[in-house]
Amino acid sequence: MTLTGARILWECLVRQGVTDVFGYPGGAILPAYDAMLDYPIRHTLVRHEQGATHMADGYARASGRVGVAIATSGPGATNMVTGIATAMLDSSPIVCITGQVGSRLIGTDAFQEIDITGITLPVTKHNYLVTRAEDVAPAVREAFLIAASGRPGPVLIDITKDAQQSSCEFDWEAAAPTRSVKPKAPALSDADLASAAALINAAERPVVLAGHGVMISGAEAAVRALAERAHIPVAATLLGIGGFPASHPLNLGMMGMHGEAWVNLAIQQADLLIACGMRFDDRVTGNLRTYAPRAKKIHIEIDPSEINKNVPVDVALVGDLADVLARLQPSIAGGDRRAWLATIDAARGDSAVRDIQSLPDDGHLYAAHVINDLWRTTRSQDTIVVTDVGQHQMWEAQYYHHDTPRSLITSGGLGTMGFAVPAAIGAKRARPDAEVWAVVGDGGFQMTMCELATAVQDGIAIKIAIVNNGYLGMVRQWQEFFYERRYAATPLSGPDFVKLGEAFGIRSRAVTVRGDVVSAIAEAQAHNGPAVIDFRVEQEDTVYPMVPAGADLHAMIRRPSPNPIVETAAD
Amino acid sequence: MTLHTFAVYVEDQPGVLNRVSSLFRRRGFNIHSLSVGNSETAGVSRMTIVVRADAGGAARIKAHLQKLVPVIRVDDLQERAAVVRDLALIKVSATHENRASVMQLVQVFDGRVVDVAPASLVVEICASEAKVDGLVEVLRPYGVLEMVRTGRVAIDRGSMVEGTRAAADPSALTGDSNVSFSV
Repeated sequence: MTLTGARILWECLVRQGVTDVFGYPGGAILPAYDAMLDYPIRHTLVRHEQGATHMADGYARASGRVGVAIATSGPGATNMVTGIATAMLDSSPIVCITGQVGSRLIGTDAFQEIDITGITLPVTKHNYLVTRAEDVAPAVREAFLIAASGRPGPVLIDITKDAQQSSCEFDWEAAAPTRSVKPKAPALSDADLASAAALINAAERPVVLAGHGVMISGAEAAVRALAERAHIPVAATLLGIGGFPASHPLNLGMMGMHGEAWVNLAIQQADLLIACGMRFDDRVTGNLRTYAPRAKKIHIEIDPSEINKNVPVDVALVGDLADVLARLQPSIAGGDRRAWLATIDAARGDSAVRDIQSLPDDGHLYAAHVINDLWRTTRSQDTIVVTDVGQHQMWEAQYYHHDTPRSLITSGGLGTMGFAVPAAIGAKRARPDAEVWAVVGDGGFQMTMCELATAVQDGIAIKIAIVNNGYLGMVRQWQEFFYERRYAATPLSGPDFVKLGEAFGIRSRAVTVRGDVVSAIAEAQAHNGPAVIDFRVEQEDTVYPMVPAGADLHAMIRRPSPNPIVETAAD
Repeated sequence: MTLHTFAVYVEDQPGVLNRVSSLFRRRGFNIHSLSVGNSETAGVSRMTIVVRADAGGAARIKAHLQKLVPVIRVDDLQERAAVVRDLALIKVSATHENRASVMQLVQVFDGRVVDVAPASLVVEICASEAKVDGLVEVLRPYGVLEMVRTGRVAIDRGSMVEGTRAAADPSALTGDSNVSFSV
């Protein structure tokens, strides 16, 4: 059948299983928006295109399906860049569609013309400039394949206005991707598998490092089987949280810069690290020269370019994590690691007495208490927490105990402030039956709070917990530790968030004492619509423990802190 | 840190060179030389990219290149197992008095004089990079007015080709030996 490029776009998206798109119209994408009305697509009108990309990202991370964002040319497209980069760094499958000026105007600096394929080249897995209606369907089909396959990531399709308007024969079958995609089965050598199994079976102090790949691969059960069979404790990266149940006896918790002391000490004392779908990010390793000095390393990873990038490994198993573990499993012996687990438990006990949860209520409202109460109040049902970036993000990772995959969504690699509210909207669209909480600082909230209007207009009942300390808290913490408490540009004022929420038509309230935390959360839960809670927490609170950037992983600043520490160029 | 020579088969499309060169820039590797042209297969270009890197860096470059969608195959050519050539055109100052000695030097280096003008010669040489460097050095005292070089182009020697892959077979380029965009 003969269709316009604009209709072909939606024909393809619908056939790809797309039901939701997040976007903002404009001149160069108008033909596509006009055609959209004739297709079973739910469009969420954002207030800024960055929000559209974060929503698509949140949608993808909550569901595992590809998220779709759409915008016009020029500023619409450039506003997407931060969200695309966020998805790139965290391996999140999104497809971004942008309008482009007519093909004959390309290169002329026409109104709202920008070279978005050039701009996004380093922050997409791949991108397309489509100038003919004939090329729309092959580009869309291949884009979805690329976004979702292997190590997922963002793909951008820039479609000129004339390609949307002109017509051609639409043939879905003929548009099937022609480039070969590697089969999922990796070219694993039996020798490498045997080496890995031998290392695991011989290890006395092994630790599994579980990353985002555990969930991307759907390898949660395989990781758990490995851990339980061989009695190996499991530490998680920030994005790996939820891949292994927090309540499991073998769970250690988050590793790295703000990991608990027993987790990092276990890594430093280990004789074997089994890295599963993680990439030894600098926030995880600290000083590479002193990282896990006694440990052999096995790296199971789908992206070959990650092998030996930061940490040289003894055995690299390149492939899909679930597949690799399935092939490894038969060679893994049980093993008595009680002595190792007892060593870790002793360190855990030492930390517990320092934990803020062990402190009596002194009348101050601490963010850690807010997060812990949020966990206690929401743990019994299907809950997704979407965080922003900063202190509250680390407290969330420490004090909200995630037992299920895809229950924490956070910007890890890029560390994008402003992520939480739009990503929460996307997550709620993907999983409407889950309760979705955006946990966000007063800094990040003010970056994208315009999306409150989106939540209201489209009836998206997210709950927002603002951890409001009147500072850009994490930066302030670095200034406290490394810059002699010279608080340059970190004290932050904001509007009255209760009045702000009410102005948007959102149920809002403020909490200043711990006694009101649970009732406020319960009230927000009971309200059938979006809700905002302004938690006015202790202003100069600090995330402990902390491994200063570039320092040895075991050189943590514990609570209370033995200062001072000097910042290095590696920070 | 040594010079590594990569033979990179890419789809012949607009923007591919940009994708490849951008990768080197972004990952912090400096391209020593890069040449692009047709390969034995229609629609497939072949790049020869020379880059200074240690062994780990070279492995990562290869892995990153293979992640680019229009990249079909990447080979890291080992120096001793490959034929490597650099083509140079050198315009050298040559007067009536010293023209003969310039031409003699060119002959020693197996170069050719391809243009003669009253005050200059254009010399062509196709040889290893080191040999081209050598000719340039001996011509410098006469005055090198202009020079253009292709940068290295390289191809595996015959025995390696037969032993490891069939480069002449187009089906070898359709991607079962390498990861394409699955990562």
